[in-house]
Amino acid sequence: MLLLVLSSIGEKAVRNSTKEFAQLTHLPIIPFTHLLDLMKGVKMKISYFPGCTLKTMAKNFEDSALASASSLGIEMVELQRWNCCGTVYSLTSDDLIHQLAPIRDLIRVEEQKDNRVVTLCSMCYNTLKRANKLVQEDKEKLDKLNDLMYREDVKYDGKVKVLHLLEILKNEIGFEQIARKVKIPLKGLKVAPYYGCLLLRPPEVGIDDPENPTILENLLESTGAEVIDYPYKTECCGSYNTVANVDLVVERAYNILRSAINQGAEAIVLSCPLCGFNLDNRQKEIKEKFSDFKNIPIFYFTQLLALSLGLDEKVCRFELNFVDPRPLLESKHLIGGV
Amino acid sequence: MRAEISIKNTKSKFLDKVEELSEQNIYACYQCGKCSAGCPSISEMDISPSEIIRLVQLGGEEEVLNSKTIWVCASCFTCVTRCPKGVDVAKIMEALRQITLRKNVDYVNPLSIPRETLSQVPQIALVSALRKFSG
Amino acid sequence: MNRIGVFVCHCGLNIAQTVDVEKLANIISDYPGVVYATNYIYMCSDPGQDMIKEIVKEKKLNGVVVACCSPTMHETTFRNTVASVGLNPYRCEIANIREQCSWVHKDKKIATEKAVEIVKATIEKLKLDKSLIPLSVPITKRALVIGGGIAGIQASLDIADSGYEVVLVERNQSIGGHMLQLSETFPTLDCPQCIATPKMVQVGQHPKIKLLAYSEVEEVSGYVGNFKVKIRRKASFVDWNKCTGCGLCVEKCPVRVPSEFNELLVKRKAIYTLFPQAVPNKPVIDSNNCLYLTKGKCRACEKNCLAKAIDFNQKDTFVEEDVGAIVVATGYDLMDKAEIGEYGAGKYKDVINGLQMERLLCPSGPTEGIPHRPSDGKIPKEIVFIQCVGSRDPEHYYPYCSKVCCMYVVKQAMLYKNVVPDGQAYVFYMDIRCDGKGYEEFLQKGMEENKILYLRGRVSKLFKDGDKIKVWGADTLTGRKIEISADMVVLAMAVVPSKGVKELARKLRITADDYGFLTEAHPKLRPVESLTAGYFLAGAAQGPKDIPDVVAQASGAASKVDSLFSQDVLYHEPIIASVDEEVCVGCGNCVDVCAYDAIELDLRTKKAKVNSAVCEGCGACCAACPSGAMQHNNFSKRQIFEMVDAFVR
Ligand SMILES: Cc1cc2nc3c(=O)[nH]c(=O)nc-3n(C[C@H](O)[C@H](O)[C@H](O)COP(=O)(O)OP(=O)(O)OC[C@H]3O[C@@H](n4cnc5c(N)ncnc54)[C@H](O)[C@@H]3O)c2cc1C
Ligand code: SF4
Ligand code: SF4
Repeated sequence: MLLLVLSSIGEKAVRNSTKEFAQLTHLPIIPFTHLLDLMKGVKMKISYFPGCTLKTMAKNFEDSALASASSLGIEMVELQRWNCCGTVYSLTSDDLIHQLAPIRDLIRVEEQKDNRVVTLCSMCYNTLKRANKLVQEDKEKLDKLNDLMYREDVKYDGKVKVLHLLEILKNEIGFEQIARKVKIPLKGLKVAPYYGCLLLRPPEVGIDDPENPTILENLLESTGAEVIDYPYKTECCGSYNTVANVDLVVERAYNILRSAINQGAEAIVLSCPLCGFNLDNRQKEIKEKFSDFKNIPIFYFTQLLALSLGLDEKVCRFELNFVDPRPLLESKHLIGGV
Repeated sequence: MRAEISIKNTKSKFLDKVEELSEQNIYACYQCGKCSAGCPSISEMDISPSEIIRLVQLGGEEEVLNSKTIWVCASCFTCVTRCPKGVDVAKIMEALRQITLRKNVDYVNPLSIPRETLSQVPQIALVSALRKFSG
Repeated sequence: MNRIGVFVCHCGLNIAQTVDVEKLANIISDYPGVVYATNYIYMCSDPGQDMIKEIVKEKKLNGVVVACCSPTMHETTFRNTVASVGLNPYRCEIANIREQCSWVHKDKKIATEKAVEIVKATIEKLKLDKSLIPLSVPITKRALVIGGGIAGIQASLDIADSGYEVVLVERNQSIGGHMLQLSETFPTLDCPQCIATPKMVQVGQHPKIKLLAYSEVEEVSGYVGNFKVKIRRKASFVDWNKCTGCGLCVEKCPVRVPSEFNELLVKRKAIYTLFPQAVPNKPVIDSNNCLYLTKGKCRACEKNCLAKAIDFNQKDTFVEEDVGAIVVATGYDLMDKAEIGEYGAGKYKDVINGLQMERLLCPSGPTEGIPHRPSDGKIPKEIVFIQCVGSRDPEHYYPYCSKVCCMYVVKQAMLYKNVVPDGQAYVFYMDIRCDGKGYEEFLQKGMEENKILYLRGRVSKLFKDGDKIKVWGADTLTGRKIEISADMVVLAMAVVPSKGVKELARKLRITADDYGFLTEAHPKLRPVESLTAGYFLAGAAQGPKDIPDVVAQASGAASKVDSLFSQDVLYHEPIIASVDEEVCVGCGNCVDVCAYDAIELDLRTKKAKVNSAVCEGCGACCAACPSGAMQHNNFSKRQIFEMVDAFVR
């Protein structure tokens, strides 16, 4: 693979023309320092914000993500201190106080001498990214927030970039590179990607085209899986209504799953522990309500990635999935002593 | 029933408050209904999203604040993505929820959530639900 | 010796309410150089003008200031007034005390003081005004029409019928434009082929019309009355003089590519004519798809052509034409449906655009007027029309209304019901705008007789569900979310300017709006002229419109051309730039800033030279000139300084 090396000390003109060239040729730009690391066999390091659920219910997401990233040369370094991302992003004009949590997390990134932070959970991603955007565009609000956090050693300057792991896989590793590293192609596994809301919407913070996204499809294709398209992949699962309005979530989850199943999907792949809960765990209630419904396994994209990269099945923690995906994987000879 | 419209409700404090909290121009909505057409929650709603905005335009404070709709809306941003006038409907829904919550009226009382649910659902669901449903 | 008269107008109460006109005239009458000052209720009225004439004669005035409204309103009036009694019109100046004073102030005292200053400054300018004589330039009484849609056809015929020669340039191999693609035309449902082809034939046969099909404008220089146009005649690889139009070549060509005329619904050959009644009815070879021109083998057409008309060596050629006026009639296109992500981004075959539906409903079209859907050829039993797709959507696409969709959707739904009586048509709309003559009646008929079901709401999403297209819309009248399983969906895509129009506008030095629609000189009072003199606008190139409006506008543009040509010479404003050759250092700054290419640098003498017939008097060069050599007639630097002095004194 051809890489473009972007030196941080080079002539501005050279840097600009490199960028232009990269845009024309769609070649990834690798910062010079990262290249040095790569040459030394050192991994690309990036600060990692896990968020609450990744440490508890979605341990299968975290473990498989860290292991996959590592095998692709990315070291996700967990922030030494972090707090709740502040979920959900505040939508009213006057409650700046709710932006404290996400911005404080971004201060932690700067404390770690990094200017990028990667997330896994779609909700954390959305909240951090929107809060960041808000203060980047409104200096007055940024100043006010810094004032409120006067006891922090570092003042936030709006310079941190919030990323989702999928973006790093696409833009910095590259799906072709991933395809080359695949040891166990997921041949014959029919998977339907599910994006939900917060990876894509609102469009100014989304990681892909809000109506016809392809990033999960492209990743899954590079692992050798067969990707199923269906119209509900960006429809909302009901989100936090799962706490007080289970019926609503059950209804929605059923529609989403049925749509994918009708198109031939054998499993769903997603990137959010809340969507995960609604589509996976709520299958219990779905079955109670809709007798025709048959369970379908729900994966985090990193679980399938880890599997295809030939990592130890243990990092996938399949035992934490509500609908056990192992029978399906076994039937495709993807696990179980192939 | 005849609904009376007068300057009292069309130029009300309520309308100003919604515009202030949401930072949206309520009059930008030309009632095309695209938000309602795509809203995944509409089957659970008693008033459709575009009608909510219409009612705000008409100053129908009571009706809007007593609707189920504002609580069913899950901030999925489907409407926000597609509205041809760039109206952030999700922010308007949030403003309406906040107007109620700030009167110290919780939609979901944290203490009323069953222990079983608490242990079952992911944290992220609890945190966001409480952020949306309680003051 | 200055003998200046000042005439203060009340403009009813427009000025007099805020400016003390009496006092103004009194103060000014003592100003150096002023020999007479008065005020009157309406200076522009006949008695007002007569008064000015009288005083000019009586007091032997050599300069006049009228303190009144903006010069764009009555400068010409008063200049003509003084000219009629022998004073040089450029010795008459307007002091604008309405728009720039009375209308924008409330306090009478302050406004009056300001009015005094404005008049004083104008007097100072007038003192240095030269007597100027308008330039006269001859006119080439030939017109160029760009675009051969119904707009260009109508304009060409009108101009040619008035006795002037017309050069009509069309980039396709035939004239006709979009009208020839239509099924039937609202509101009378006559067949466009029947009503337009006679006009096309007339164009082809008219002794005064030179039709250059398969051609494009390459370059334009010159100015109103005297344009030089370079036209590229694209290589058709067929010698049209030899070709008999037998069509054997088309029959034998093995290549099949989607037909643009049929909106990609069916295939055409690599050598092809547009449609049977084409004018001219000669084929061209599409060099991107011809086997011989791309891969070097085949020549089937050449082998079969009895007239030996195929010429693979043909190259683009250029012709030059001298014309005095240019009509731009480049028409429209539809926005690409691939841009609408929520409606499938163009990937569903059975989601088509309005022009595709026209082809499906056209009796001479690929399905002979009975719509068969593109995916499997079935006749759709439930069909959904969506209006305002991309239009009236300032957030994502275009803020404007495309104007023709409300009507053609009724028409298409009606025609559909006529051929599929057991089918159902649904229309999602936001507002219905059927405001032409007979249009509302047409709509009512569609609703009542054809039972078209109108649903008031936008559609949020379309997706494929088996062999159906699921439509998620709303009916805001009942507040319901609507789901329809349609067999076919027609998107009324936004009307946008035809491809390449922005580049063309740049070549012609005319203006276009943000979207590329050509801008008229005044939206109400000069709707068929461009701001650049000598250019006229016709048809959908200026904004979305239907055939009746297009034809009316084209005839309007033609009559403007006629009135231009009815003069023998053109008078050009002498208020333009001029160079003081002794001061000019030949830096060339002025050449670079002139938007009209009116300045040349004489390579030998190293001095700038203004082509006075081309200069529009914008003043950009005067501001850019570092040496002060470039000065504007009657707006010299000295005059400006004197005016500023008068204000600050
Ligand atoms: C689906 C649909 C249905 C319609 N139905 C009706 C109807 O029933 N009744 C009705 O009144 N109206 C109808 N209309 C509107 C009608 O099509 C237009 O009013 C009319 O065709 C516009 O004519 P025009 O000459 O301005 O433009 P066009 O028809 O677009 O003609 C422009 C011509 O200029 C040529 N051209 C473009 N650029 C250049 C260039 N740079 N150099 C040289 N040539 C160039 C093009 O090739 C074309 O031949 C309909 C429109 C649509 C979209
Ligand atoms: S989509 Fe936008 S403009 Fe249309 S009804 Fe909803 S809020 Fe109003
Ligand atoms: S040479 Fe080209 S145009 Fe002629 S028949 Fe062959 S493919 Fe067709």
